[in-house]
Amino acid sequence: MNTESAIQHIHRDDEASKLGMWLFIFTELLLFAGLFIVYSVYRYQNAVAFSLAAEQLSVTVGTINTVILLISSATIAMATSAIRLKNKKFTIILLGITLAMAVIFMVNKYFEWMGKFEHGLFPSSDILKSMGNGDTLFYGLYFFMTGLHALHILVGIVLITIVLVRVNNNSLNDDNPVLLDNSGLYWHLVDLIWIFLFPLFYLIT
Amino acid sequence: MEDHSKSHIVPYKTYLLILAGLIVLTLLSVAITHIEFGELSVFAAILLASVKSSLVLVYFMHLKFDNKVLQIFVTAIFILVALVIFITFLDYNYR
Repeated sequence: MNTESAIQHIHRDDEASKLGMWLFIFTELLLFAGLFIVYSVYRYQNAVAFSLAAEQLSVTVGTINTVILLISSATIAMATSAIRLKNKKFTIILLGITLAMAVIFMVNKYFEWMGKFEHGLFPSSDILKSMGNGDTLFYGLYFFMTGLHALHILVGIVLITIVLVRVNNNSLNDDNPVLLDNSGLYWHLVDLIWIFLFPLFYLIT
Repeated sequence: MEDHSKSHIVPYKTYLLILAGLIVLTLLSVAITHIEFGELSVFAAILLASVKSSLVLVYFMHLKFDNKVLQIFVTAIFILVALVIFITFLDYNYR
């Protein structure tokens, strides 16, 4: 009887998995909080230059990307409900939409950055050097912070793809949805960071 | 053992309503910053971002339905971040 129960007992602690994910999210929040402090202090020191430089960013593209990320967050959140309702097909559709939104976000980002590059605006470019300290700092922070955020999007795309494959081959189902939950938490973090990046870089001028 | 099947299943409609709210808040923050309030529009943009992030944390990240320990943890970490920012600015201003 002892051996039987030992075989049947598969140790799994979903609460602990979730807590671990949250601890990782805390470290991410502190990382970005540090960057926000750097941004605020430099903005305070170079108010005029930051204000003029921020006006060069397209509010329309920023708004579209914000809405895209919000939709993708909602769809992955809905997927965590769909998998519990044993609706595999709808889970896959929702995860597919999330992935598509992530890719569209990156495509927008690509064109946005390329536009800046064409105008000679990239870290340590000659044009930026001739523009003075404030602009150099603004664009340095802009490329670093949105770049770091974009890197998180790429990681998210990989993560959600793994979840999608595992839902499809039934190794992730209503009995074992914790990987989907944690990927969802990660994706919401990416959304959360963008919610603050958007007003700081695009809106406040 | 804690069983995930006991955990609360949030209806799709809740998520869609929150999404609609978030999009409205985004458009509102764009509209507000178009009007020149100076310092006030900075404050308004940050305030709206905070409201939006609370909605994401509470509903999308499921905190409303999670256990108390997690809720306390998350609240504590945001207080910590706020304190770090506050103390840095005190240091910066009175240096």
